Amino acid sequence: MSSSSGYLASSPSLDPSPTAGAVLEVDDLHVEFRTREGVVSAVNGISYTVDQGETLAILGESGSGKSVSAQAIMGILDSPPAVITGGGINFQGRDILAMTEEEQRQIRGPGIAMIFQDALSALNPVYSVGFQIGEMFRAHRGASRKDAKKQAIELMDRVRIPAAARRVNDYPHQFSGGMRQRVMIAMALALDPRILIADEPTTALDVTVQAQVMDLLKDLQRDTGMGLILITHDLGVVNEVADRVAVMYAGRIVETGTVDDVFTRPSMPYTVGLMNSIPQVDAKGGRLKPIVGQPPNLSRIPSGCPFHPRCPLARTGPAALPDRDCVSDLPPLRVVTVGREAACHYAEEVLDA
Amino acid sequence: MGRYVARRLLLTIPVLIGASFLIFAMVYALPGDPIRALAGDRPLSAAVEAQLKAQFHLNDPLLVQYGKYVGNLTHLDLGTDFHQRPVLEIITNRLPVTAKLTLVAVLLEAAIGLTAGVLAGIRRNGYFDNVVLVSTTLIISIPILVLAFVSQYVFGLKFGWFPIAGIQQGWYSYLLPGLVLASGSLAYVARLTRTSIAENMRADYVRTARAKGLPNRTVIIRHTLRNSLIPVITFIGADVGALLGGAIVTEAVFNIPGIGRAVFDAVRGQEGAVVVGIVTLMVFFFIFFNLVVDVLYAVLDPRIRYD
Repeated sequence: MSSSSGYLASSPSLDPSPTAGAVLEVDDLHVEFRTREGVVSAVNGISYTVDQGETLAILGESGSGKSVSAQAIMGILDSPPAVITGGGINFQGRDILAMTEEEQRQIRGPGIAMIFQDALSALNPVYSVGFQIGEMFRAHRGASRKDAKKQAIELMDRVRIPAAARRVNDYPHQFSGGMRQRVMIAMALALDPRILIADEPTTALDVTVQAQVMDLLKDLQRDTGMGLILITHDLGVVNEVADRVAVMYAGRIVETGTVDDVFTRPSMPYTVGLMNSIPQVDAKGGRLKPIVGQPPNLSRIPSGCPFHPRCPLARTGPAALPDRDCVSDLPPLRVVTVGREAACHYAEEVLDA
Repeated sequence: MGRYVARRLLLTIPVLIGASFLIFAMVYALPGDPIRALAGDRPLSAAVEAQLKAQFHLNDPLLVQYGKYVGNLTHLDLGTDFHQRPVLEIITNRLPVTAKLTLVAVLLEAAIGLTAGVLAGIRRNGYFDNVVLVSTTLIISIPILVLAFVSQYVFGLKFGWFPIAGIQQGWYSYLLPGLVLASGSLAYVARLTRTSIAENMRADYVRTARAKGLPNRTVIIRHTLRNSLIPVITFIGADVGALLGGAIVTEAVFNIPGIGRAVFDAVRGQEGAVVVGIVTLMVFFFIFFNLVVDVLYAVLDPRIRYD
C-alpha cells in the first residue's frame, strides 16, 4: 500500500481516486465494553473491505455488533466503557487506529462520514439546519459563516429538500422525518467523503419515505463514487441496494457474499433462518417462521459456534466430525464457494440442502 | 410572543390582588395591639389611642380595611407607617440596597455555580466532581441563618476580611452577605449544571458533532454547553425574583437596610401597610422574573413557541 504522503497536512480535500484496492479495510477488529458488571464482547474479530462505489450491507439483529463496529471506524465510541482491543482499520492505506486524535478528527467528514438512525435526536435542536450543515465547511475548510450557509443551501438542494434557500434557517423540529434524514445526509456528504456509513438510515421512517431516502442515497453514491456501508436489519433494503452483504451474529461476521448468493442460497443456518423469517406474499395466512431462542448474551457468548444453542443443524459428540463439534469448536469464517465465506462447520451441507 | 406576554402580565393583576389580601388578612390576624406596642412603656391616653386607631382604620372590619387600602392604591397611595412615613418612600429608599445585594448574589451564583458545575460535569466522577458534590451537599444542608452568623463571625470578626455589618464600604460590603445569600442557589446551580452536562454529553447530537469531525472544543462548548445551560439560565432568572424578596434573614444578620430588613421590622411592629406593600412588591418581582424566564426560554430553545 503506497502511503499518500501527508495528504492530511497539505489539504483537507482527500485524494478522490485512491490507489487500486479497497478504500476501507477492517481487519480482525475487536471491541469490548468494560462495565462494572463485567466485560461485554461486542465485536469479536470482524474483517471486511469496502471498495470505491461499492455498497456493503451489514446485516444482523440488535446487539450483533453492527453499530459498534461502525462507531469504532468513526472513532466515536464512548470510551470508557468501550475499548478497541485489537485489529486494524485501514482507510486509504493508513491505519486509523495508529493516528493521533487530531488526524482521526480530520478524517471524519472529508474521509468517512456517518448518518444515524434517528435524525431528530441526532441533530442539535437549538441550531438551524443550515448552521449544522455549514459547520462542516467551517470546521474543515475554514469557510466563513456566510459562505458556509451558501454551501449549505446548495447541499440541501442536492438532497432535494424543497425551497432550500427559505428553509435553511429552520430548526430540525420544523422538518418532517424524511426531510430531517435528508438534512443528515446533506451534512454527511458536505465534504464528499470516500466512505459513508449509514446506520439504519431508514428504520425510523415510514415505508414510502424509506424508499425515497434509499433512492437518494443510491443516486448520490452514483454521482460521487463513495463506498457505502449500510447497517440495517431490514432485509428488503439490503436486497434492493446492496452489492455485498455481511451477516453478523454475536459480534462476528458469519457469512459474506453477493446479495444474490446470500439471499437465494444461504450457507449458514443463521442466514437460512433470517431468510425464512421474511414474510412471503404467497404464504399468506400461514405463520411467520422466526428463529427460535434468544440472541446470545455478549458477556457470556456460548462456546463453540455462538449460534449452536439456536441452530437446528448443530452437531455435537458422536454426530460431529472430528474438530467440528458445534458445541466446542468455533467455526472460522472460511471460503465456501467462489466469493462466499461462511462461519459454519457444515456450510457445504447447508448450501446443498 | 407579544400577545403571550401581554396576557401573562394581565394575569398578574388578580394574583397580586389575591396575594395582597392574604397578607393583609395575616397581618390583621396577628395577636397584640399595634398602637399599644408603638407606645411602648409610655402612658397612652384613651383619646389619642382612639384617634390613632381611627386614623389607621384599625377599628374597621378586615374587608373594609382592605377595601380602603385598595382604594388608595388606585392613586398610588400605599399608605404610611405609624410614623407618618409613606410606604412608597420606604420602598424607594430601600429597594436600591436590596437590588445591589441581589445583583452581587446572582453574579456570584452564576460565576461560581456555573464554573464548578461545568468542570464537574465534563469530568464526571473525577476528583473535582467529588469535591463539588461534597461541598454542595454541605452548603445545601446548612440553614442560611447558621451560614450567615458563622461567616460573619469567621470572615468578618476573626479574620477581618470583610465588614461585619452595614454598607459603609460600598460594593465591598455586599460581598459577604451576597455570598451567604447566594450560597443555596449557588450549590443548586452547580449541581444542575453538572447533571445537565453529564446528560447532554451522552446525547445523540453530541455523537453526531464528533462524527462530523468538529474540534473537541467546538463539540464541548457549542454542542454540549449551549444545550446544557438552558435549564440553568432559566433557574438563575427565576432566582433573581426569589432573591429580591428572600433576603430577610441575610439583611437582618448583616444589618443591611434593604426591603428585607424593612419587612422584618414592619412585621415586628405590626405595620400592616408596610408589610402588605413590600410583600406584594416581592410577589410581583417573583411573577415578573418568572415571566422573563419563560420568554428567555423561548429565545434559547427554538422548539418552544408561545403563540
